[in-house]
Amino acid sequence: MRSHMKFAVPVVVAALALSACGTRGEEPGAGSTGGDGAKKTVKIGVIAPLSGDLSALGKGIQHSVELAVQQANAANAIPGWEIKVEAVDDEGKADVGKNGATKLAADDDVAGVVGNLNSSVSQQTQPVFAAANIVQVSPANTGPSLTRGADGNTRPYKTFFRTCTTDITQGAFAAKFLLDQGIKKVATIHDKKTYGQGLVQYFTEAFKAGGGEVVVAQTINPDESNYAPVVSKVAPAKPEAVYYGGEYPQAGPLSQQMKAAGLNVPLMGGDGIYDPTFIQLAGATSEGDFATSVGEPTDATEAGKKFLAEYEAAKFAEPSAAYGGYSYDAANAIIEGLKVALKDASDVKSARQAIVDAVGQVSFAGVTGQVAFDEFGDTKVKVISGYKVEGGKWTFVKSENLG
Amino acid sequence: MTDLLQQLVNGLTLGSLYALIAVGYTVVYGIVQLINFAHGEVFMIGAFGALATWTLLFQGTTALWVLPIMILGAVVASVTVAVVMERIAYRPLRGAPRLAPLITAIGISVALQEAVRLFYPGAKSKIPFPQIDVVTGPALSFAGVTVQRAAVFTVGALLMSAALLWWFVNHTRTGHGMQAVSEDKDTARLMGVNVDRIIVIAFALGAFLAAIAGVAQGLLNANVDFRMGFLAGLKAFTAAVLGGIGNIQGAVVGGLVLGVAEALAVGFIPGQFGGSAWKDVWAFALLIIVLVFRPQGILGARVVDRA
Repeated sequence: MRSHMKFAVPVVVAALALSACGTRGEEPGAGSTGGDGAKKTVKIGVIAPLSGDLSALGKGIQHSVELAVQQANAANAIPGWEIKVEAVDDEGKADVGKNGATKLAADDDVAGVVGNLNSSVSQQTQPVFAAANIVQVSPANTGPSLTRGADGNTRPYKTFFRTCTTDITQGAFAAKFLLDQGIKKVATIHDKKTYGQGLVQYFTEAFKAGGGEVVVAQTINPDESNYAPVVSKVAPAKPEAVYYGGEYPQAGPLSQQMKAAGLNVPLMGGDGIYDPTFIQLAGATSEGDFATSVGEPTDATEAGKKFLAEYEAAKFAEPSAAYGGYSYDAANAIIEGLKVALKDASDVKSARQAIVDAVGQVSFAGVTGQVAFDEFGDTKVKVISGYKVEGGKWTFVKSENLG
Repeated sequence: MTDLLQQLVNGLTLGSLYALIAVGYTVVYGIVQLINFAHGEVFMIGAFGALATWTLLFQGTTALWVLPIMILGAVVASVTVAVVMERIAYRPLRGAPRLAPLITAIGISVALQEAVRLFYPGAKSKIPFPQIDVVTGPALSFAGVTVQRAAVFTVGALLMSAALLWWFVNHTRTGHGMQAVSEDKDTARLMGVNVDRIIVIAFALGAFLAAIAGVAQGLLNANVDFRMGFLAGLKAFTAAVLGGIGNIQGAVVGGLVLGVAEALAVGFIPGQFGGSAWKDVWAFALLIIVLVFRPQGILGARVVDRA
């Protein structure tokens, strides 16, 4: 054993020394190939669930950012710089996301990041990017505390922005949506994650304020797939609808099992269930279920139609999904910021503060409306739309600006 | 009262699933004293086998007659995996220290999960399971208690499987051979029992029941995914220990008790510690209490005492 140790120590030291040399050697090549007409590299990170249950949404985010970057490069948006996309998988999990964020933050060429999908993951990645002064623009985080802190009035991280609106507006819209249909008694169920819990909380506040009654409040365990005991707990209270805070991998089976157990009332959820997979999992009985989503349907506006056509033409392997437009706008917000901040910069790392400042000041017409941020880093556009399952598809019902 | 009956129905349904899987743990343990932690994955493979059979042969059909063929597909998939697993992973370790096959089992479990995730089309996320007529659809209602059709199938499947298994173990030559091997392997071998064959049969029997459980869970939850075996396997193992590991009746009783305990915890424990968030805590608390006062499990472990 002893003799092994004697060998091991020098070997480890040598390996460390070699690897240290290696990283030091790479930097000039990758970072500052300035002069001689060669372009310098700046990277935009994507951090989203690229595998697992939520990968349909994550892949849409990744490709939409890739589309924005391809177009910017083709138009030579930032003279002297070549933009690259660096995609990292967070699996929709906070710990994996934190590791991914650390990896991106350690790359000196990363100027900004689009992500995450889940509010609970962003909670963990925010401080990592903030410490490195890297601007983070989320296309999908609707948890209000991410920009407004626990007390609702203090911005926790100056580096965090989002192109989608928050659950406060989404919950309020959903409450009004149900009340307008004469539904006064609802049951709420959530999955105990930041997103689901928040959504149910804001929905409940708005629903009670509007004269409705929450007859029973329950939670489910997102790792399980049998919700019969919870459904039995909810059914005797005779709700006229069930409001679910969470995402489609659980919401689909929940809707199916609710109706198979004889609770034939609509299930309503937020943008987390607004995905075709929900209808696949929920089956034929999902007819009449509701969802809200941020913004107007992408194909309802001219800019949205143009984006979808360009996305189609780029032939990505997966569709743009629910957050495609928001991701495209998020990437463009970063690119707009880079145009200003990288003009006279020698390298990315020293320009990061300028990038954060510049992104905070952007204002341009995006796919989802005018892209501009308020003093908290929230988007100024607060449009929410309601959808209904009809004929096995999500169909648009109405939208409203609650700004 | 209706609430109580309703949660009992839910509990018995869930418990039947646990029981079907738990039998596989117990049969194998009774014969070779091995906790086959990959058994949850055998259950998962069964569900995917049924799904694959349906997708390949009957895509779009939901008539009842396809169900037996789906079950057959599930059984073939599960039994094949279990038998191959025994042959390549456990048999070479027959004489090895106890820990070696245990770690191997965990390794196989992870390998099978990842294999399905990587190679089954679309298995990276949940896949909808076909809804077969008669056994799924609108719930039945008895005096205010709603019973899912798939629940009737699940409980029925447990009753039939348990009866068949009981008959097999007590009334066939092979069954007697199994009892002999579980009592004393060496003597059984001297009496002319082919021990290797009996062990393979034990694995196959467990896989058979797990396959049926896989189909039942698919029908109940209307979806399957590659991780479904992990939690189900853990719960079923708990059920087997609760009832008395190595004891087939014990596995059935343990499964039902565990399922009912979970459902009642959701239904009747009020406040912060109730609801589905805490049901696993109560289920495992029950296990601990039973093991403190009755370490051999509810019906008693059938571990042979060699003096």
